Amino acid sequence: MKAYDVAELAMRNLRESVLRNSLTTIGISVGVASLVAMLALGIGLQKLADRRLEKSGLFDTVIVTSRREIRNFNHEQEGAGPAPAESPSLDETARQNIEHLPNVLEAYPDIRFVTELRYEDKPHLTMVAGLTASAKNNEAFDGMAGSFFSSATAPEVILQKSFAEQLLGQSSRDDQNVKVSDLAKSLLGKQLLMRYAERTAASDSTAGQTASSAAYSVVSREQTLRIIGVCDLDPDSLRQQARARVFLPLEFAENLHVLQPSDLRDTTNVLGGKPTYTTVEVRVKSPKYVPSVEDSIKKMGFNTFSIVDATKNLRQFFAVLDLFLGIFGSLALAVASIGIVNTLVMAILERRREIGIMKAIGASDVDVKGLFFAEAGVMGIFGGAVGVALGWTIGRVINLGANVYLKRQHFPPEQIWFVPWWLVAGAIAFAIVVSLISGLYPASRAARLDPVQALRYE
Amino acid sequence: MSSAVQQNSTESVAIGTENLSRTYRMGEAEIRALDGVSLQVRGGEFVALLGQSGSGKSSLLNLIAGLDRPTSGSVLVQGHDLEKLSRQDLAKYRLKTVGMVFQSFNLIPSMTVAENVELPLRFAEVDRERRHFICQQALDRVGLGARIRHRPTELSGGEQQRAALARALINQPQILLADEPTGNLDSRTGTEIMNLIREFNESLGMTIVMVTHERALAERYAKRMILLADGKLVDDQINLATANAELTQRGTR
Repeated sequence: MKAYDVAELAMRNLRESVLRNSLTTIGISVGVASLVAMLALGIGLQKLADRRLEKSGLFDTVIVTSRREIRNFNHEQEGAGPAPAESPSLDETARQNIEHLPNVLEAYPDIRFVTELRYEDKPHLTMVAGLTASAKNNEAFDGMAGSFFSSATAPEVILQKSFAEQLLGQSSRDDQNVKVSDLAKSLLGKQLLMRYAERTAASDSTAGQTASSAAYSVVSREQTLRIIGVCDLDPDSLRQQARARVFLPLEFAENLHVLQPSDLRDTTNVLGGKPTYTTVEVRVKSPKYVPSVEDSIKKMGFNTFSIVDATKNLRQFFAVLDLFLGIFGSLALAVASIGIVNTLVMAILERRREIGIMKAIGASDVDVKGLFFAEAGVMGIFGGAVGVALGWTIGRVINLGANVYLKRQHFPPEQIWFVPWWLVAGAIAFAIVVSLISGLYPASRAARLDPVQALRYE
Repeated sequence: MSSAVQQNSTESVAIGTENLSRTYRMGEAEIRALDGVSLQVRGGEFVALLGQSGSGKSSLLNLIAGLDRPTSGSVLVQGHDLEKLSRQDLAKYRLKTVGMVFQSFNLIPSMTVAENVELPLRFAEVDRERRHFICQQALDRVGLGARIRHRPTELSGGEQQRAALARALINQPQILLADEPTGNLDSRTGTEIMNLIREFNESLGMTIVMVTHERALAERYAKRMILLADGKLVDDQINLATANAELTQRGTR
């Protein structure tokens, strides 16, 4: 028989006992739905964890330090590469080279210093950090009130929420739910006076006298800054920004030449007079590029540090979780497959005579087998499709319920449930395969039926 | 008389059985349905298999139809030993070489009449358009134009048997095997069906083997009558009534 005829006859036979076959198909649907819902939850949780980790900046960041550094993040690296004294210095040229490596989003120096900020004549000591223009797009600044820096050199400042509270004399302990916009209302446009120590090249330094170029003098300076924004950064984030409470535009901060802790050490080194960075943070497109970027940077002669292996372990954990969720989800499908066997065996008993007739008028074993096989397959297709829709709906409801709960607990809503296209296709395919396997025994039993016996049967 | 038949049969043997036996096990007891039957049917013959119920006539028909396998002996149809055919080839043989009609019509109740008739064409992998065309031809031949979109149960017995005949004809087999084709019909519709079968024999040259327990029916239509009793062939004779009629017909022509 042609495939089309097999399918048509199978559909007809299924319609003949529509209730029984519908019930069997619903059984498959429930099985598929539980599988889809379980796996969607597993995948959703994995995505949630990935998102959280990505936000934390832990896994797409490479921290670069010069080998000249006394302290090293990674002792294994010390043995390899050029000796610390011969290694290149981490300056602006090196930063640009790193930034031009493939898969690197940006590389920025870690400029931070502790200094005094005066607001309404009251001094506040805090950590100040330079912020790249790209940070604007960071989701961490989504809840910011006010505006981002107008230019990379503007004397403007963005305050972390906790520091803004400190300036206004509020303690964050009093009320957890102070709104960023309330703080911004009384602070935006106001002036801050920053007092800092500038490092200037020694006045007597001349070209050719390299030894003296390492010398510098420290001058006390004052700079007026305008408050343009208040942000609420996730304190869990390990990105550079979160570790300071006051932010300046990066280039502006750089040009201040604030005395850095590393400058003290420079006095002991022979240096070309150019400023060097203590550390450069490199943001990579995706965690998977971290190792290759790290390798390239190491080849340039710098030390690197990143956390990559943790994601591997996490993925392994989720693979195991998905496996178990999948097994539990499949249990219902296994039960449903017994339903298919039962339905088809019943159909054989009921259609004994029909099978006998078909064989008498020339149906081969393959034809009869194909017919029952197709019936199982059609139930699988319908069961799979309905099951995916059902599983999707169940997932939506679970997600909705979870978000209602999260809202009550004052957490932001999260998508803990995700159905990728391959799960849809895979679940339907799995339902068909399971149905076909279930149809194997009834189909061969129908094919083996003795036509003489079957025709005698009334 | 039977010896005369045997002599002529060598020219074109359609069906031949050689010492054919079939036994069934019923618990402890062994039932000999057929016991050493040897016969030959020439192409174009109209043979009636007569006998009481349980005489083995239906068993013989099933063996010729390739629905059953003999316990011993062999069945040769158009030179092919059915014993040597695989299950697949046997199905093809049932599809192409023989057509069957039954006492209880054996139409599939969930299909319309037209679908029942064209079902063998599906097994023969004939295209949909061609199927409709052949089906219509077969239905016209048996005089069943209307109500072909109805289900078999909505038709009279005579109409159902006409549909079954159309189905048996659809792959143009050379042999028609009929198992009590009028057994469930009243005498008037029975006659109509028998006239159709006779027409197939005479105008299409089909070989007919018909099982019946009605001697009168056999005498009226068959050209040769074979009598079975207890699984054995007990009589094999030319039906003089039909033979004479044929001779008269030829004479007048």
